[in-house]
Amino acid sequence: MDTIPSSGRRLRLALAGIAAIIGTLALAFGWTAGRLGGERLTAIRMIDAIEANKPWPYPGFRRAHSKGICVSGTFQGNERGASLSTARVFTQREVPVLGRFSIAGGDPHGADNTARVRSMALLLRSDDGQQWRMALNNFPFFAVATPEGFQARTLASRPDPVTGKPDPARLAALLERYPEIAKFRSWAATAPWPDSWANSVYNSVNAFRLQAADGTERYVRWSMRPHTPFKALTPEQRARAGVDFLAQDLRERLAEGPLRWDLVLTLAAPGDPVNDSSQPWPEDRPHLLAGTLELTATSEQAADACRDINFDPLILPKGIAPSDDPILAARSAVYAQSFNRREWEIASGKAAGAGMEFVTP
Amino acid sequence: MSAPHFNATARLLHWLMAAMILSMLFIGVAMVASVSQRPWLIDLHRPLGMAILLLALLRLANRLRHSPPPLPRDLPRWQVLAATASHWALYALMLALPLLGWSLLSAGSYPITMVGDWQLPAIVPHDPTLYGWLRRSHGLLAWLLFLILLGHIAAALLHAWVRRDGVFTMMIQRAAAPVASLD
Repeated sequence: MDTIPSSGRRLRLALAGIAAIIGTLALAFGWTAGRLGGERLTAIRMIDAIEANKPWPYPGFRRAHSKGICVSGTFQGNERGASLSTARVFTQREVPVLGRFSIAGGDPHGADNTARVRSMALLLRSDDGQQWRMALNNFPFFAVATPEGFQARTLASRPDPVTGKPDPARLAALLERYPEIAKFRSWAATAPWPDSWANSVYNSVNAFRLQAADGTERYVRWSMRPHTPFKALTPEQRARAGVDFLAQDLRERLAEGPLRWDLVLTLAAPGDPVNDSSQPWPEDRPHLLAGTLELTATSEQAADACRDINFDPLILPKGIAPSDDPILAARSAVYAQSFNRREWEIASGKAAGAGMEFVTP
Repeated sequence: MSAPHFNATARLLHWLMAAMILSMLFIGVAMVASVSQRPWLIDLHRPLGMAILLLALLRLANRLRHSPPPLPRDLPRWQVLAATASHWALYALMLALPLLGWSLLSAGSYPITMVGDWQLPAIVPHDPTLYGWLRRSHGLLAWLLFLILLGHIAAALLHAWVRRDGVFTMMIQRAAAPVASLD
């Protein structure tokens, strides 16, 4: 076939057209990836902001809840849970569980005795191959309702390089823009401090949908309620407690026997804020005991499996689905960023200290 | 005599997979960046990636059995080399990227959910070093694929609108108009 090359104006038009198409594709791709254009909130920016608040990087560690300890045990569901959800965890005898206790904050060697927020992460692996991952916290509701609020809080909390503390003016502006934070501050200031990981309550905070066999869907939040009796830590005791007292205490308790929690489901009533985790639900909502968690061991190993797991709360089994709480989708995105960054640091040999999940006294 | 062209399977797979692969690339970068859309994007990314792998194998088999039509004889040698190299790269990436995806989920101890309950088994052990390298490679090679695609699209349009040498038509229609006789 003869080649009929374009020339002159036609050629210029063709080349311009090609450049426009390629250029548009490239720009669209760059924008979608969050690399171009504007200050759009992305998971990348959220983790960057968290990292920027640290005095130095801790390669190989989780970007938040960096300090923690691995645990393992089993979960036993019951028929009440099974009536609300088709998830296998409620019918299987003894579902194996891998978990992690942690304190909030970005310092893997931070002080336990000043950590207000304590957390429990779990991975339930049922025999049908499904997994249920949970990332629970001891606060009863979240500080903010949206990822934008969370980012604003992270940015406002950035320590001033001179004072080493956040700028009070920025914090005041934050509170004005996100008044729901005041509720969280009040909880942090007044709620008693349990003296152990073992006797803390851990809450899902976000709502999820349970899907029953007949197709009914119910919105729930859940809590892990400890069998271990609550004992408060006074401010004086807290001041005297060691920086690693939580892990030490946990090891001592587990050496004496298993630790247990009840999985308690709280059912939402129609109209309850299921997509706003900064809003607690009224106290009189039905609570259903759907199973019991039993933890039997804590890991002494440096690189136990719980380090290289991403406790993404959106990894859910059939029978459980997320609500439209925007915090949930953001958690999943942000945890993935953290996981990818820290596993790369370990893989590329930049994370010498990341073997230690806790400091042995 | 009809002009040389790709066979029907090749043409169908080309355009179908062009749409799928371009979508996958955008879905991939979007699901990493987005704080709101990740759940449905990643739920789509996994099975779409496996579908591309299967179709790529079919496509490779078809290409080995039915040779692609020859490039115009007057095409400069460097362009022939670029075409050959880029097509090798495209096939390699079409196969490597889904396999890397499957492997990285395995190494990260993630469930490899396709559709509904259907999950794929892990194909490599749970290991942070494996995960780190697999995840990074998957991302870098995806960006590389995007760059090669831009070159591929630009070259295809240059053939179509500038050289107008029938190469683009090979991927469009079964039979081009017969060559006009000269007498």
